[in-house]
Amino acid sequence: MITIKNLNKTFAGVVVLNDISTEFENGKTNLIIGQSGSGKTVLLKCILGLFGIDSGEIFFDNKSFQKMNIKQRSIIRQEIGMVFQGSALFDSMTVEENIMFPMQMLTRKSFEEMEVKANQVINRVNLINTNKKLPSEISGGMQKRVAIARAIVMNPKYLFCDEPNSGLDPKTSTIIDNLIQEITEEYEITTIINTHDMNSVMEIGEKVLFLENGNKGWEGTNKEVFNTDNQTVSNFIYSSNLFKKVQKVYRNENNN
Amino acid sequence: MRLLRNIGTYSIMIGKVFGRFTRWSVMKGLIIKEIDSLIIGSIGIVSFISFFVGGVVAIQTALNLNNPLLPKNLIGFATRQSVILEFAPTFISVIMAGKVGSFITSSLGTMRVTEQIDALKVMGINTYNYLIFPKIVALLLYPFIITISMFLGIFGGYVASIYGGFCSSGDFIEGIQLDFIPFHVSYAFVKTAFFAFILATIPSYHGYFLKGGALEVGKASTTSFVWTSVLIIVTNYIITQLLLTS
Ligand SMILES: Nc1ncnc2c1ncn2[C@@H]1O[C@H](COP(=O)(O)OP(=O)(O)OP(=O)(O)O)[C@@H](O)[C@H]1O
Ligand SMILES: [Mg+2]
Repeated sequence: MITIKNLNKTFAGVVVLNDISTEFENGKTNLIIGQSGSGKTVLLKCILGLFGIDSGEIFFDNKSFQKMNIKQRSIIRQEIGMVFQGSALFDSMTVEENIMFPMQMLTRKSFEEMEVKANQVINRVNLINTNKKLPSEISGGMQKRVAIARAIVMNPKYLFCDEPNSGLDPKTSTIIDNLIQEITEEYEITTIINTHDMNSVMEIGEKVLFLENGNKGWEGTNKEVFNTDNQTVSNFIYSSNLFKKVQKVYRNENNN
Repeated sequence: MRLLRNIGTYSIMIGKVFGRFTRWSVMKGLIIKEIDSLIIGSIGIVSFISFFVGGVVAIQTALNLNNPLLPKNLIGFATRQSVILEFAPTFISVIMAGKVGSFITSSLGTMRVTEQIDALKVMGINTYNYLIFPKIVALLLYPFIITISMFLGIFGGYVASIYGGFCSSGDFIEGIQLDFIPFHVSYAFVKTAFFAFILATIPSYHGYFLKGGALEVGKASTTSFVWTSVLIIVTNYIITQLLLTS
């Protein structure tokens, strides 16, 4: 579980996150939604410790990150897996090397043990025949899978995904979403996902946090988000024509 | 003000490069890879340039020796002096600022914009040590490149003099042995050591702290080249002042 209390973040005087407090439970897929530039990536990077924060506190399973020393922080870091917006695979390493990399850097496993573990997660994310390929030689959807495999290879307690399905077709998106949800439930991890994708919200939004210009605009579940009274959230959710149609069907169903 | 801040960030970066070390089993591979791309990969272009510029220096000297009273061995002497003192250490370093420097900046810059550096950081890795230390170690071999350049520069001068009929082989060889001061070679290698450190760290700084996207990677490579060469030239001036005039 990750708890955030009164988090504030500015860049050169410009407020990017304003007094955010919320909680992300484990074993659940927690979604952060909001318009481009609303501060989703910055929030995730603040939780990760990639950005320092101006004020507030972040708790990993009730332990305050701000009160930890360097050693305790690096232990927490090793319990975090992160899937970056652009996958961030190391482009000079093969798929297999990318996935083995965290173990190579942080554990004392033998090469054989690492290979066994790597192949285990490779199978878990359904990557076939790509072990010896470079990231540039595989498709975007496959790169996302490699990134997920690399993020979970150390059995993290916390998994963060920054727009895991941007640039993917709807079918592949759904597969990736489901994969993340299954892994979350299977290993009881605390998962936080940034997304623009309303389909993801519908499918896996067990908790949804809506950011609006760096403020917490709304929070609730995917059941609630589609018929909330909050006009800003509603406008955001139903901004595409497809979802406007969905909204109509939804209303008709509710009226009958 | 901005310059001061940059110098501050640069110093902190250097401190962190020698901070928490990456485990040796991984570092070994990284160093070998950097030696391959930074050192081995530069031998070709450096050899080519050195040979021909050495030749041109010899020809220019020969063409300016109109006075028949001046001995022919001056051609070899002048070639040796200019190649060892300035051409090999300084001129080649400026060229390397273009080749190796922009390679370092653009590769680190790309890692920055594609969030690969963040990915390393999230894993709890000392990214400064992991990314920059192997480059510094690889460039410890830089004097090796400068040695090749000195040798081929003088050899180029020799070939050009003989081929162009400016002097005899004996004259040239006599010239390159004339008034030889071993300290000049030490001076050249002291400079080289400083230039190697500049070549490894200034481009790394520009790549590592890059902000923005692909466009900025291109711009940063240019800025990095400008700063690296300016620093090389300034350092050259200071070292020359300190070591040769007294
Ligand atoms: N390193 C930085 N320095 C200064 N400002 C930044 C930095 N990173 C982000 N910002 C600013 O913070 C704000 C929020 O950006 P953020 O990347 O979190 O948006 P986002 O919600 O993730 O958008 P998207 O959906 O497009 O990824 C933006 O106004 C951005 O300009
Ligand atoms: Mg973002």
